[in-house]
Amino acid sequence: MTVTETAVTISVDGNDVSVPEGATILDACTAAGIDTPTICYGPTLTPVNACRVCVVELEGSRTLVPSCSRPAEEGMVVSTDSERVNHSRKMVLEFLGSGVDLSQADELNEWSAKYGAQPDRYDNPERMNEDVKIQDDLYVRDYDKCVLCYKCVSACGDDAQHTYAISMSGRGFGARIATEFDVTLPDSACVYCGNCVAVCPTNALQFKTEFDLREAENWRPEDQSVTTTICSYCGVGCNLELHTQDERIVKVTSPDDHSVTWGNLCIKGRFGWQYVHGDSDD
Amino acid sequence: MLWGSNARNAHPIFFHHLLKGIDNGAKMYAVDPRRTSSAKFADVWLGLNLGSDVALANGIGREIIAAGLANDDFIKHSSQGFEAYKENVEPYTLEFTSQLTGLPAENIRELAHDYAKAETAQILWTLGITEHHNAVDNVLALCSLALLTGHIGKWGSGLVPLRGQNNVQGGGDMGSLPNKLPGFQNIDDDASRGKFEKVYGVDLNPVPGKHLTLMFEAMERGEIKAAYVLGENPADSEADILHARKLLSGLDLLVVQDIFMTRTAEMADVVLPASVAWAESDGTVTSSERRVQRVRAAVPPPGEARHDVDIMFDLAARMGHDWGTPDPEQLWDELRSLSPMHLGMSWDRLEETGGLQWPCPALDHPGSPFLHGWLYADDLEGREPAPFIPVVHQGPKEELTEEFPLRLTTGRALDSYNTGVQSGGFSSPIRYGDALDMHHADAARLGLSDGDMAKVSSPRGSVEMRIRIDDSLVEGLTFTTFHFPDLVDANVLTSDAWDKKSGTAEFKAASIRVEPLVAAGA
Repeated sequence: MTVTETAVTISVDGNDVSVPEGATILDACTAAGIDTPTICYGPTLTPVNACRVCVVELEGSRTLVPSCSRPAEEGMVVSTDSERVNHSRKMVLEFLGSGVDLSQADELNEWSAKYGAQPDRYDNPERMNEDVKIQDDLYVRDYDKCVLCYKCVSACGDDAQHTYAISMSGRGFGARIATEFDVTLPDSACVYCGNCVAVCPTNALQFKTEFDLREAENWRPEDQSVTTTICSYCGVGCNLELHTQDERIVKVTSPDDHSVTWGNLCIKGRFGWQYVHGDSDD
Repeated sequence: MLWGSNARNAHPIFFHHLLKGIDNGAKMYAVDPRRTSSAKFADVWLGLNLGSDVALANGIGREIIAAGLANDDFIKHSSQGFEAYKENVEPYTLEFTSQLTGLPAENIRELAHDYAKAETAQILWTLGITEHHNAVDNVLALCSLALLTGHIGKWGSGLVPLRGQNNVQGGGDMGSLPNKLPGFQNIDDDASRGKFEKVYGVDLNPVPGKHLTLMFEAMERGEIKAAYVLGENPADSEADILHARKLLSGLDLLVVQDIFMTRTAEMADVVLPASVAWAESDGTVTSSERRVQRVRAAVPPPGEARHDVDIMFDLAARMGHDWGTPDPEQLWDELRSLSPMHLGMSWDRLEETGGLQWPCPALDHPGSPFLHGWLYADDLEGREPAPFIPVVHQGPKEELTEEFPLRLTTGRALDSYNTGVQSGGFSSPIRYGDALDMHHADAARLGLSDGDMAKVSSPRGSVEMRIRIDDSLVEGLTFTTFHFPDLVDANVLTSDAWDKKSGTAEFKAASIRVEPLVAAGA
């Protein structure tokens, strides 16, 4: 059962970094203590190279390369802080920010600030301007906030849930995430595991509990705490992170580095906690 | 081989791991009378006649032997009783097994050959195997297949019963069994019991107690007059529920300790409100893979609700025993001092590792991802070789009759759980309630359409149910969940024929009759 790992050494910003064979340039950057912006990358998801915000300069390569998907190879020389890299990252963040509502994408906004992105310097950018889809009591979809990173599609599909309830539809400015024939979520193949919501980087997908608290201007992350415990339903032993505010559970996630769940849950684990507060559907 | 399990619904995150295996090229067989949402991911679905599991397992075993695919070295070194097993399965030819199970002989042969030839193979099961009157026979028949092929005791192979509740494994581990002390030590063994008596400072009753089914029988005979029910809702969950409720209501004293005002609690003389263990208290639970993990308090309990341990300690005090006020870690350390398989699992290690799998007998032991590695040791670590135990096909206890011509089986929906006391708390967009699912041809014969109401009767009673057409069922087979006992008392129908070896009732096989109900005004 012992896995023998071969190490690969690459140079990142002038320093040698060793990572196991199969690791990516992003892994090497992280190992070197370098913070790399990512949007479409997820530690449990297969890279789709959709956002290009994690690009780095690779010696000998004509174009910038996405660090999240490019495997580290012995002897690679990588720059993460060059003018070309910083300019490219800034442009990606600016383009996304100009056409999408990033008001709840805290991490993206931090990157935008760091790279000096100014999304508002574009006049009349194309926007979707559609209503929030509230079709059930469990989660909402606000595609004005969607950057088309594809993570929800991956989580719903091959990377975790294998339900395939959502996919990319349309082309160009019409591109969007949709259910089959754009039916409502309850009418779709969706099984309400919420694994798409868990990976969404912009809050385009959010739990109804969070949405309602935000509407009531009472969503206060600074007053929330997170407790890890075990789901009360079947015997699989899924780790639950209970996000609580004012002594009530307001959101449930799962750690993506635990070998039981890899961040995923089912409808019972994700939403079956209301009884703790004596709430009933009856 | 997923056998009698709809893990896609009942163990969804485990099923993710199985799907990863399929994506990596593993072949999957699903053995189930229903073409479940799990079976739809299988390479081959074997929709056997309900209750013919032993026949199929014996047929597979016979084919493996007849085709020369048995693992002779493993059988010789690690097992005993092979000759008797071989003799017992001899009549189960592909043809005969095909007759008993209703499966094509070619599918049985293919499964036998694939299982025997696979480098690693697992048999995974749940209640489709164990909620039968011959449940233990079913399990033994599957165990024999693992012994026949050596698919046991090594990484990637094995026998995997998937547990249905977050701490049903831990409950057993902690001695919540009639004949066991914590760590599966026998209560009638003087040395084991003596160890506990010394630490507890009292004499313990050496006579094994009764399991739930025997308790109900003892209530019927008037031998049990009082019951203290903790976190269980037998007034909804037992098979032949009308009978069970009658027995519960005939008790002199019924005490219920629960987080809900369940139907059982409503019948109780005293209700002790408990806190929600996994969200309002600290402790441990043990999952299906024997992984002990920490639960932690995230919110305070409401009102007068108290931790189960506090309630029990107060009861002990009223009975004249001062158990002190130990914290959860101190209780856990006491357990570790008495149960060798838990000894290495310190509170700190459980925190650091995110959970350890027993046996974990020492602080430097990494825990055990799989069991029975001893089968490959030269000296079997001093143990007896693993026994083949021959069993024969019986079929469901309750046979179909002219009066009750349809087969009813029960199971779980994805978004609901057991009697619904927990899962009823949230609004699920995919919930449809308890319906009687049946094949369209059966419905047509009865003049029923999807959504119609019908009277459903078994030899024990009748309920009204909505009909749902589901052609993933074969003709003659019907299915229901029992998550909504307030709406449909589905366990009025189920059979209380039970396995004398396990005490489990045959929830999976009743006989029923379905009659259309004409809606008022129609």
